[in-house]
Amino acid sequence: MAYKTIVEDNIDILVCGAGLGGTGAAWEARFWGQDKKVVIAEKANIDRSGAVAQGLYAINCYMGTRWGENNPEDHVRYARIDLMGMVREDLLFDMARHVDSTVHQFEEWGLPLMRDPKTGAYQREGRWQIMIHGESYKPIVAEAAKKSADTIYNRICVTHLLMDESKENRVAGAVGFNVRTGNYHVFKSKTVIVAAGGASMIFKPRSVGEGAGRVWYAPWSSGSAYGLLINAGAKMTQMENRIVLARFKDGYGPVGAYFLHLKTRTQNCNGEEYESKWWPQLQEMVGKEYLDPEVSHRTHRPIPTCLRNHAFLNEVNAGRGPIHMVTMEAFQDPHLEEVGWENFLGMTVGQAVLWAATDVDPKNENPELTTSEPYVMGSHATGCGAWCSGPEDVSPPEYFWGYNRMTSVEGLFGAGDAVGGTPHAFSSGSFTEGRLAAKAACKYIDDGKADGIRVSDSQINKRKEEIYKPLEHYKIYSNEVVAGSVNPNFINPRQGLDRLQKLMDEYCGGVTVSYMTNEKLLNIGLKKMHILEEDLDKLAAEDIHELLRAWELKHRVRTAESVFQHTLFRKETRWPGYYYRGDYMKLDDKNWHHLTVSRRDPKTGEYTMEKAPCYHLVDKDEAPAEPEKAEA
Amino acid sequence: MPTFVYMTRCDGCGYCVDICPSDIMHIDETTRRAYNIEPNMCWECFSCVKACPHHAIDVRGYADFAPLGHSVRVDRDEERGTIAWKIKFRDGREKEFLSPITTKPWGKHIPQLADVPAPDKSMRDSQLLFNEPKYIRMDEGDLHTLEAAGLKLKEGVYY
Ligand SMILES: Cc1cc2nc3c(=O)[nH]c(=O)nc-3n(C[C@H](O)[C@H](O)[C@H](O)COP(=O)(O)OP(=O)(O)OC[C@H]3O[C@@H](n4cnc5c(N)ncnc54)[C@H](O)[C@@H]3O)c2cc1C
Ligand code: SF4
Ligand code: SF4
Repeated sequence: MAYKTIVEDNIDILVCGAGLGGTGAAWEARFWGQDKKVVIAEKANIDRSGAVAQGLYAINCYMGTRWGENNPEDHVRYARIDLMGMVREDLLFDMARHVDSTVHQFEEWGLPLMRDPKTGAYQREGRWQIMIHGESYKPIVAEAAKKSADTIYNRICVTHLLMDESKENRVAGAVGFNVRTGNYHVFKSKTVIVAAGGASMIFKPRSVGEGAGRVWYAPWSSGSAYGLLINAGAKMTQMENRIVLARFKDGYGPVGAYFLHLKTRTQNCNGEEYESKWWPQLQEMVGKEYLDPEVSHRTHRPIPTCLRNHAFLNEVNAGRGPIHMVTMEAFQDPHLEEVGWENFLGMTVGQAVLWAATDVDPKNENPELTTSEPYVMGSHATGCGAWCSGPEDVSPPEYFWGYNRMTSVEGLFGAGDAVGGTPHAFSSGSFTEGRLAAKAACKYIDDGKADGIRVSDSQINKRKEEIYKPLEHYKIYSNEVVAGSVNPNFINPRQGLDRLQKLMDEYCGGVTVSYMTNEKLLNIGLKKMHILEEDLDKLAAEDIHELLRAWELKHRVRTAESVFQHTLFRKETRWPGYYYRGDYMKLDDKNWHHLTVSRRDPKTGEYTMEKAPCYHLVDKDEAPAEPEKAEA
Repeated sequence: MPTFVYMTRCDGCGYCVDICPSDIMHIDETTRRAYNIEPNMCWECFSCVKACPHHAIDVRGYADFAPLGHSVRVDRDEERGTIAWKIKFRDGREKEFLSPITTKPWGKHIPQLADVPAPDKSMRDSQLLFNEPKYIRMDEGDLHTLEAAGLKLKEGVYY
């Protein structure tokens, strides 16, 4: 093969993926490791990569202790109830106590944060959200990372982590290829921080054809964080906890600013409020502890995001769709109208494009909402990801093995979507987690834990062969048929993706089955998934760009397999509205008030599943506050 | 689609190729002009549109749900620190918006952490990050700990 091998050796901290988590890691690594070599490997261009590529209109995680607004434990209460109890409270508390310092830095760097002209405090969208002009959010944090890293490799798709050969279960770097030159890149590193983002397009999207990439979470979020970690043998947690979002129809424009700031509401086709109708039935499923509308009214406790989805879905299934967002009232105020539009222009331009194309002006017409296909991610209103150590001053022994945000593989850290059990971190929290991981990684090296790492040429060469195999496969078999994409000896990445999405949708609870699954379906799905994996061995890539799609697909499939395993393990419906186990419809605290933890044996591919204790930090009750809806 | 390139305006500079997070803006080898090689992996994120120095890239909504005849144009100006949008509905109505992208000139206000004084041992042993505790409350107040807040982690179900 004509591609060069480029080796970067003696790296101290390798950051894989430089979205919000990765940029935070690179930035902070420079402070704690002024003598250390920090390198970034990023699939796209760090200036516009990741979920925040087009910008954001709000920072969704800010305590405001500076203004006396919230304390970290308040945030723990909030995220815990939203996730029906299933969170890592040590990690949440830790993120929350640092997140304000991150946001204050952002402002100092020039990110335009809106302020309340009377109090001088940041303009709140909701209890946890502050409003920004965030079109250039990503270029701004990218500048911080660029000023910190020794080298930034853009356009490197990281495919595998390298493992140390002198000590079992220790990381030693990563490999990948440049999606432009095709060159093979080897990064030998003492520690690795994986911040390669969440997973979209694992389930069949609602859009079809040309619009197939019009999903809510970016189509380039390929679950690499999970694929890399699982393949390296890292333990994962809460992978069953996929998220479904209520969004503006087709454009997937977020609803948060509309509910929280513009104070809009939803109604069914008859113009009626419908959510509360479903609460009694839902209370029977989940128990009053989790759904007590009276308490929600009196205090800050939101009705969990998934339960509000449940009401939405049931109302539509009862024949009273579509659900509309009532914008016509708020949009009569020119200021609010501007906020409504700019919210999308700075974050989800596709929604504005759609409204322009369909002549929908929300001032004169209430737009339709929909529920999205499920996504797998760790930093939004859901908490999939790696099982990581917490900080030493907070975590109980089961949650602590020495270095903050280190996975169960030594020297391997996570941030943002990669870390499990830490929902509601969002952009600012992901950046903060990157900072925490970087400090811990420096400490790990300084403690001598990374001494004596060894990577043999045979490991490096084996990975190289594996990476380029789809190109080889194409070369050998493409002559078998005249032209086109039908070949008896291979499938291309798009065909593989279509198959993955179809089977996840039908067997693991996607949109076409109204998010419903059961043990039988899951087992059939898993079986089909294993056959798909056999076919992935025969994946063919025509060029380097297709090779990128091939590896994205492989990471997606690994993530999806983990979702299957976890969904099978948790025998209850913990999050109605995200998915349903038809054979165990009720939430079952007696048996399942536990976090789920899995490990895939890298040698055999076998999964081991276990329950881990779910610790609580703060009591549920606190002083009454403004009623609030959860942001999702 | 959804992004497409006006042939006559594009000079093949490659800025869009450089920025597209989805790796789908490519230069056609024959015409030396850019084009979107995989419309169904486009997010309409407008990163390429904002990056094009010749306003040669445009977006047309996805064919599976968006009718023809609309446009959303953008002009991002780093020098002035603003972004301007012009939305044209299918029926001809127009809306314009202007907002800031930064409050400070680019490239100068983020410090080089390699140049700041290195952290001492007590900072390393604490839970603090760079600029903390000051940057949390913007005063000398301390970091939250469980003890200080009178909290303890405890296993179990209580709601
Ligand atoms: C439409 C939308 C609206 C949102 N709204 C808000 C909001 O208003 N406020 C808020 O605070 N948060 C919001 N969020 C959430 C926020 O964007 C995420 O929580 C955050 O970006 C997660 O950070 P991350 O670093 O984990 O992932 P990302 O920021 O997605 O970064 C992942 C990075 O990894 C790279 N990568 C992926 N695979 C590989 C690979 N194999 N090799 C190398 N690199 C790789 C990617 O290119 C990317 O740069 C929103 C998200 C979306 C999609
Ligand atoms: S809009 Fe975004 S995803 Fe689409 S081609 Fe442009 S940069 Fe790429
Ligand atoms: S940035 Fe504009 S001018 Fe340059 S190659 Fe792309 S479309 Fe052509």
